[in-house]
Amino acid sequence: MKMNIRLKIGLVILAIFTLGSLILPFFMKVDPSRQGSYPKNLPPSLEHPLGTNSLGQSIFWFLVIAIRNSLLLGVSVSCVTTLAAGITGLVAGYVGGWLDRVLTALMDTFIAIPAFPILIVLSTLVRGQTSFWLVGVILVFFGWPWSARTVRSMALTIREREFISMARFSGASTLQVVFQEVFPYVYTLLVVAFIDAILWVTTTEAALAVIGLSKVEVPTLGSIIFWALSYNALFTKQYTWVLAPVVATVILFLGIFLTSTGYNHMYATRRGHS
Amino acid sequence: MIRLNNVVATYTTVRGQVNAVDGVTLTIPDGKIVGVAGESGCGKTTLMKVIYGDLIYPLALRQGSVDYEIDSMSGKPITTRNIKDYWFKHISYIPQSSMSSLNPVVRIRTQFVDFLPAGQRTNNTLEEIRNYVQSLDLPPEAIDAYPHQLSGGMRQRIMVAMGTFFRPEIILADEPTTALDVVVQKGILLLLMDIQAKMNNTIILVSHDMGVHYQITHKMLIMYAAKVVEFGDSEDVFASPWHPYTRMLIESLPTIGDDRMHTGIAGRPPSLWEDLHGCRFAPRCPLATELCRAEEPTFLELKPEHFVACHYAEKAFQNR
Amino acid sequence: MTTILKTNKLNKVYRLGGLFNRIRIDALDDVNLTIESDEPVIISIVGESGSGKTTLAKVLLRLVKPTSGSAHVYDRLIVGEGEKPSNREFFNSIQPIFQNPFEAFSSYRTVDAYLFETAVRVAKLSKTDAVDAMAEALRLVGLDYRDVRGKYPNQFSGGELQRVSVARALIPHPDIIIADEPVSMIDASLRMNVINLFLSLKEEFRRSFLYITHDLATAYYISDYIAVMYRGCIVEFGDARTILADPKHPYTQLLLDSIPEIGRKWDAERTALSDIEAKEYQYTGCRFCNRCPMSEDKCKAERPPATRTTDGRDIYCHFA
Repeated sequence: MKMNIRLKIGLVILAIFTLGSLILPFFMKVDPSRQGSYPKNLPPSLEHPLGTNSLGQSIFWFLVIAIRNSLLLGVSVSCVTTLAAGITGLVAGYVGGWLDRVLTALMDTFIAIPAFPILIVLSTLVRGQTSFWLVGVILVFFGWPWSARTVRSMALTIREREFISMARFSGASTLQVVFQEVFPYVYTLLVVAFIDAILWVTTTEAALAVIGLSKVEVPTLGSIIFWALSYNALFTKQYTWVLAPVVATVILFLGIFLTSTGYNHMYATRRGHS
Repeated sequence: MIRLNNVVATYTTVRGQVNAVDGVTLTIPDGKIVGVAGESGCGKTTLMKVIYGDLIYPLALRQGSVDYEIDSMSGKPITTRNIKDYWFKHISYIPQSSMSSLNPVVRIRTQFVDFLPAGQRTNNTLEEIRNYVQSLDLPPEAIDAYPHQLSGGMRQRIMVAMGTFFRPEIILADEPTTALDVVVQKGILLLLMDIQAKMNNTIILVSHDMGVHYQITHKMLIMYAAKVVEFGDSEDVFASPWHPYTRMLIESLPTIGDDRMHTGIAGRPPSLWEDLHGCRFAPRCPLATELCRAEEPTFLELKPEHFVACHYAEKAFQNR
Repeated sequence: MTTILKTNKLNKVYRLGGLFNRIRIDALDDVNLTIESDEPVIISIVGESGSGKTTLAKVLLRLVKPTSGSAHVYDRLIVGEGEKPSNREFFNSIQPIFQNPFEAFSSYRTVDAYLFETAVRVAKLSKTDAVDAMAEALRLVGLDYRDVRGKYPNQFSGGELQRVSVARALIPHPDIIIADEPVSMIDASLRMNVINLFLSLKEEFRRSFLYITHDLATAYYISDYIAVMYRGCIVEFGDARTILADPKHPYTQLLLDSIPEIGRKWDAERTALSDIEAKEYQYTGCRFCNRCPMSEDKCKAERPPATRTTDGRDIYCHFA
């Protein structure tokens, strides 16, 4: 399988981030979320690759753990939402009828309910008591319907195409048609949905961190920004503190994006050329 | 007259570059209906684009040139570079699908008037348009309608009217009747013939339907795999085609009342991505010899005004 | 005698438009056809766009439910009130070929996947028998299994892909294959390969075909019976050669006059335009009365019944 340049770069980035965030923690000397481990506001040096912040934490190690947690949260939530979106969208779009009406009503309900006000209400109820995973569950509930609708529209279009009739005349049952015929066309949408979800999870988690719903003691890409903002890092010229998570997010996204489009491109050009 | 000099038109794609028209040299005479025939991938639409001068990325004229000699503009050299200045007035284009060429939310008369540069519109323009439409035996009220209110056939006739309003010397029609019913098609083709007879301009008509070419063209141009294989008077080409491809193509078509067996041509046209050498039709040609596979035949004038690119035809002609 | 095809008062009404602007289109209006034979036959349904021929195909393929009426194919009731075969029985008796060969297969799957599935799921063969059946079916259409295995649709030409479609349809040994415009999207030189295939499948392998087309020339070439449709109604039906050699219905005559045929030039009289297509569907009388040179008040008021003429055809005209 000949990989194109996009795919290679994307995989390299992802590998660095994933392996880095999983392996590097073994080399940590102290728990990065513990405050006051080091002198505050040190500039970047050999001992502290990105310096320290106003809480006396090593920015670099904090970032490593943050990336790990964000990735974990993002990937697990995305897996669930993408799976839910895929199945409900495909079934609603292809099968139609009352099943479609019920599922669409469900999707529309969750889309119409504004997530943020609900989250604010929840935060006042459970102030400080949330576990990290509860945040994930809440995000799943609000995240799944968006791509479900897109998948459903795609399934509706595909349903009318001739190869679906051909598949039926080849004896395929409804389930077989949905997964063998319709699914491949929906696959790209789902990959995009997956990436979008990871991004959405990270940003929403950061936003939640600001209003105090997320556990800000747990290092995530969002909580670094929270702490940096609370300590006015931009005004005190501690650019590393703010820039580190931002740059890390951008590169991470680039990595995921390049991998997915690179893979798609490779698969598409390979298909039909011996 | 339109002179094509070794025209090579290339498309740039992700996979690389491909020559959709690969070395075409011929002269299209004035005052005739010229049919361009060939099958999918032969390059006829690209050729039209080159003649019309619609060369935007990813299509480019990599080699060769096109020279236009338009009577009313004699003295000025017109080539691919400046042909754009003559669009609508001296050279116009009738597209295949009228529905996708007309703005669905604008009345036709507005779109008609839009053809003219602002400085040239007068109060009389609309009336001139109506008169012209009527002179073509079309209801002048049709131009007050929105495109979707007219039938496909009527719309296409309006497109023909729009394309010929300025009495251009050259009219290019790319499959103008393919999407239409056979009865409507006849009407539109007869309309084109009428216009050509009255204005004595040049119409270049692309169609995959050989029957259409038989009915209305004066000269025929046959393309295969980005090359022109035969060019001559329609009568001659249909009565005794010189190129094996032309002959096999015409013979494969059944007609009503004809009870003979007709066969198609085996195999399929070569992919333009491959390294092509020799005659491009050789793999499918029953008369192919080693010479055909090795050497590309030249486009020769075997009879006055009748060109063929085939080694076999050349020999047969010399031996007759 | 087996009833190859029998439709009884088949109707399909579509209602378009919003709350206040409903148009009613009778895509199929009281279609009655009876063809009985002991030998396999090829029946052509011929018409222009909007004639109802594709709707008829869809109804017979059970892709669309008729508003009323019934249809029998090979002595079995397939549509209408009464006991009908299950999907499995149906697919073993009737198989389709669609117009666009590239649309008929998913571009994400290999084409032999469909053949394999048909063999295993419809014809209920074991996996090893299925491979033999596929190879045999491909051989019948002139293709080698080794050339087809593992390939995706974009690796074939239109003609080859259509032949793969035919092979797939043959695997369950259906009684009849319904082909909806099977060659209109294939290049002219490759068309006859598929058409000749239908003929040989009928004669050597005893399959009947229902051939839906707008191309009268190929219909003449292969059909035993022909039904001409206009706006949802049959206007003429009978033996193909009799009708096409000597059409009696004014619409059939109009059609034959309008085909651009090689060898016979048109006479350049203009034909009546049909600009109010939707309205034509709502006529209570003959649908063709608006364009018919012979029409009288009677035609506008009353639907012409079928008249059986001396040469065995059904003609729907008051002046038969």
